[in-house]
Amino acid sequence: MNNQINENSQNQGFISFFLSAGCADSATALKKSCLVALWFVFLTFPIMAVRVNTIENTVTWRLMNMVNVAVAVFFGSYVWRWLLARKEMSSAETSKETLIESLLSKILDDKILKSVSFSLIAIMVVAFPFALDNIYLTNIMISCLIYIVLGLGLNIVVGLAGLLDLGFVAFYAIGAYAYALLNMHFQLGFWTVLPLGALLGAITGLILGFPVLRLRGDYLAIVTLGFGEIIRLVLQNWGTVTMGPSGIANIARPGFFGMDFSLQQNLIYLYYIMVFLVSITIFFVNRLQNSRIGRAWLALKEDEIACQAMGVDKVKTKLLAFSLGATWAGMAGVVFAAKTTFINPDSFTFWESAIILSVVVIGGMGSIRGVIAGSIILILVPEYLRNFAEFRMLLFGAIMVLVMVFRPQGLISAKRKIYHYKVSNTASAGNE
Amino acid sequence: MNNPVLNVNAVSKDFGGIRALDEAELVVGDKEIVALIGPNGAGKTTFFNCITGIYTPTSGDVLIDPSADGTVHRINGKKPNVVTELGMARTFQNIRLFPSMTALENVMIGTHCRTKSSIWGAISRNKATREEEQAVIQRAYELLKLVNLEEFADELASNIPYGKQRRLEIARALATDPFLLLLDEPAAGMNPQETLDLEKLIVDIRDQFNISIMLIEHDMKMVMSMSDRIYVLDYGRMIASGTPQEIANNPAVIKAYLGEDDDD
Ligand SMILES: Nc1ncnc2c1ncn2[C@@H]1O[C@H](COP(=O)(O)OP(=O)(O)O)[C@@H](O)[C@H]1O
Ligand SMILES: [Mg+2]
Repeated sequence: MNNQINENSQNQGFISFFLSAGCADSATALKKSCLVALWFVFLTFPIMAVRVNTIENTVTWRLMNMVNVAVAVFFGSYVWRWLLARKEMSSAETSKETLIESLLSKILDDKILKSVSFSLIAIMVVAFPFALDNIYLTNIMISCLIYIVLGLGLNIVVGLAGLLDLGFVAFYAIGAYAYALLNMHFQLGFWTVLPLGALLGAITGLILGFPVLRLRGDYLAIVTLGFGEIIRLVLQNWGTVTMGPSGIANIARPGFFGMDFSLQQNLIYLYYIMVFLVSITIFFVNRLQNSRIGRAWLALKEDEIACQAMGVDKVKTKLLAFSLGATWAGMAGVVFAAKTTFINPDSFTFWESAIILSVVVIGGMGSIRGVIAGSIILILVPEYLRNFAEFRMLLFGAIMVLVMVFRPQGLISAKRKIYHYKVSNTASAGNE
Repeated sequence: MNNPVLNVNAVSKDFGGIRALDEAELVVGDKEIVALIGPNGAGKTTFFNCITGIYTPTSGDVLIDPSADGTVHRINGKKPNVVTELGMARTFQNIRLFPSMTALENVMIGTHCRTKSSIWGAISRNKATREEEQAVIQRAYELLKLVNLEEFADELASNIPYGKQRRLEIARALATDPFLLLLDEPAAGMNPQETLDLEKLIVDIRDQFNISIMLIEHDMKMVMSMSDRIYVLDYGRMIASGTPQEIANNPAVIKAYLGEDDDD
């Protein structure tokens, strides 16, 4: 099969390779695509072709829709199989770096280039709000930075420790509500609550993690999803404490030695706070990843039983990952509440968890650079595609499927740490 | 034999209605090499799983005495990582390396329970942590060298040839500083030359690290030449034990191995 594809592509050129997309010859490919198209027509017939008007008791037949579906699916299946065939062809080099990756590693390997590009990025990041002087853009950038922190937090749980957590938003909500409530009742300021939010995230991470972490894979995903929804429902229905669905308004923006800021100045201030938080997060996550604990997370993700048999405490290690991840979510929640000055349970639906997870998966699980790239793409791009807002979910789904099929390691895959050891030459008899 | 390091006392294990182990008894002395043999499905791997905490025995006692001085711990029902921390390390019959970690990292995981740098150490990367990390790297490298795999140090475990993966598992188990090393069919899938090398390696490990070794093995030549004592397991029961000569001449063993089909 594989050989055949290779020969095809070399001897007959691009067109015929495309036409026979992953099949022995173009006739089989044609047949396959026709079948898929027919099947789709059959499946979508009730919703796409028949429209029943219950008021006038008439049925409209929209047969043209069926033709559209058939044509679209026919060509779609061609392209899909062609892509799969191409992937198969290069599967021998799955670990091959992409253009971006090789460029990145080239830059990082060169000391001068590295420091130049780092300072360029630093200047750009610092100058951004002044250069553009645009409230709207600054606002989006702050969101993006919040998602980077959330993504890096979830990256500890999903990317490093391999625990699929679909309820991550719960900790984000806890951080946000902690600030909103403490601010409302006790007039506590942003800077006081920021570490409290992180602590609260860590503690709830421990409490929620303890019962669920004995589950694995899909079961863990479902239970964490449930937990996320439970937290949201509690926020929604426990009106006496959380103000219910109407939410909490007039949350104080972060203070700066009691100075009064205009709205724009405040946003810029918040932007710098987020830049600072993102830098700290990157620093922490990077250090954790390349430590004894980070290694244990990786091993646990690879083979749980072997890892335990090598002396790693499974429960402790998993709980640590879960609660460290939640710490960042709690902190991000505090910033979110300070940024919007109004929160209600609707900000913390499953959709939010799904976006954070997409950031991690699409960017590259276990890769800090990947998560940053992922959140820039997933948060900024939809802002520019506002016209397609109702297709956002579909777009995310499609990107997710494409990435999973064609690039399971994400856009920018995790970089391996290189270890330096002294090669001792004592009696190193060559083996065999 | 003075003060055995491992003393397994009437251990049974039931899976639903099946009794995989039936009052199995076994003793490993200090610095001994003990082999556990028996036909396929006899319960040898189950025995390993029961004494390393992967399974909890249905009944019986697993007693260890790490320093062979009379201080005995009972370890049934303890978690695998606790058992490893107490000093029993194992390899797996169906190799269980961490495939997308390098050989060096695989061995480094073995040192996890003997090192202690915490989150704070990881984040601050203080002197103690850096020194510990460097010591771990160097020790992992030395262990790779011991099993002749130093050239694969930076290779992903999944890219290492099969026979060598078994030796990598041994290095990883040794990194946990055990007093007793448990090897589940270490020579499976190896050619005669590799088996000979392995035999030498195992004896070397015993002498160099001063530890006891227990292995499950089908290669009779290897078992006979290297073991101090042999136990024979059949249908979950220890049917014989003794020196290689005693085992070779034991009628019950010959019967179990030739598989005479008279039902009892
Ligand atoms: N987890 C399990 N659940 C049910 N039966 C098991 C389990 N593990 C082992 N067994 C059964 O126990 C018996 C002994 O298996 P095993 O210990 O793997 O044999 P050996 O290693 O001697 O070849 C077999 O009959 C096997 O089917
Ligand atoms: Mg077995």
